Amino acid sequence: MSQKVLLSEKEIHIILHRLACQLLERHLDFSETVLIGLQPRGIFLAQRLSQILKKDYQVSNISLGFLDITFFRDDFRRDGKTLTANKTQIDFLVDNKNVVLIDDVLYTGRSIRAALTAIQSFGRPKEIELLTLIDRRFSRHLPIQPNYRGRQVDVIMEEKVKVCWKEQEGEDRVYLIN
Amino acid sequence: MSQLSVPHLLGIKYLNKKDIQLIFETADHFKEVINRPIKKVPSLRDITIANIFFENSTRTKLSFELAEKRLSADVLNFSAAQSSVKKGETLIDTVNNILSMKVDMVVMRHPDPGAGVLLSKHIKASIINAGDGAHEHPTQALLDSYSIREKLGDVGGKKVVIVGDILHSRVALSNIYALKLQGAEVKVCGPKTLLPKYIESLGVGVETNLKKALEWCDVANMLRVQNERMDISYFPSTREYTQLYGLNKPLLDSLNKEIVIMHPGPINRGVEITSEVADSEQSIILNQVENGVAVRMAVIYLLASNIK
Repeated sequence: MSQKVLLSEKEIHIILHRLACQLLERHLDFSETVLIGLQPRGIFLAQRLSQILKKDYQVSNISLGFLDITFFRDDFRRDGKTLTANKTQIDFLVDNKNVVLIDDVLYTGRSIRAALTAIQSFGRPKEIELLTLIDRRFSRHLPIQPNYRGRQVDVIMEEKVKVCWKEQEGEDRVYLIN
Repeated sequence: MSQLSVPHLLGIKYLNKKDIQLIFETADHFKEVINRPIKKVPSLRDITIANIFFENSTRTKLSFELAEKRLSADVLNFSAAQSSVKKGETLIDTVNNILSMKVDMVVMRHPDPGAGVLLSKHIKASIINAGDGAHEHPTQALLDSYSIREKLGDVGGKKVVIVGDILHSRVALSNIYALKLQGAEVKVCGPKTLLPKYIESLGVGVETNLKKALEWCDVANMLRVQNERMDISYFPSTREYTQLYGLNKPLLDSLNKEIVIMHPGPINRGVEITSEVADSEQSIILNQVENGVAVRMAVIYLLASNIK
């Protein structure tokens, strides 16, 4: 097994700021926008973007929530394992809001499909966008594409993309593992 | 990824501590789900569950049905008059007939102790015991412990007294197993005639004085007198029972601490508990009912993941 660095800490830093600016350009004061990090790995990206928007761009009122999609997945009972859930924490309604779903890696698109269903338990959003740090091209099972992407990569099925965050793994880095 | 150690939920006796932990953690997520504007998830949309009740039930049946529907399972309801079905082949035949309609899981209440265990040896579907005679009522014990955990943070180390008709109560037995498994101290309290002879062998204390028992405990679980299971008189009169073992406000106020009051329902107001106490701030009776749905969703979800 070998691993290659896809993104360094500096590159991640630049990309996060760019993504924050793109969000800002589209959503301005965020009064009608909510950021939803997908459990378990998308929440770190969502928290980082929210921090950057607050600290560096003085956006004061950001609604940030975490959505777990376990009970909405389409592979329950497929491989004989119990799917273990994570915490959903959405303290607001998404009725008529612009929802930005945030995840670290976009791969087959199945998690996003589940998230699109799951988020509707919290109301009827005005529109839903998707932001991912890594977009794995040519691997989609469903017609889903991100509105905001950090980096698009060409990775074959057998390879794995791992996003590490300081909060969890002690470093900001993206690896390609094969 | 964790899984339950058992393919059926026949009784708390067959579970281990990790199973209970897993059920509670899963129930936490479902509790959040049932408080959403849309309280339904599609996890079990390809599962069919039969609720087979050979004995009357309101709360448990509704709670199971709601839990199943919240998980998007298809639900079949079957109620039999107590007299129409006898234990043995007839029960197995009845259930096999229902199962031949491609049912994946059976929730069963039966007046005979061990009915669930018997069934599990003869049918392929996953079985949840919703009460078998005076034996076990595992989901009730799970939701009781879950409610204690929610109210007091943890079950381990807590002192729980179960008051009332212990002899005929499946809730009491399942609760004793569940509480002991989680490291709680348990006492039972009631007239001697309603306490099983060898109850101490389960590692529980016995107290016949209600006030003493209440002064000792953090949580009091008040049980109803199960007149329908009594073939002889176990105490002189209901009035006397209430005087000695009924929980009322003056008694509660005379304690030097605040205890948590529970009741699995149905309540006989004015007998084992007065309305004032049942509806007081210290009572978590309605929380138990809400938690019942979340805990049953967790049990069904976890057992369903074993279905091939």
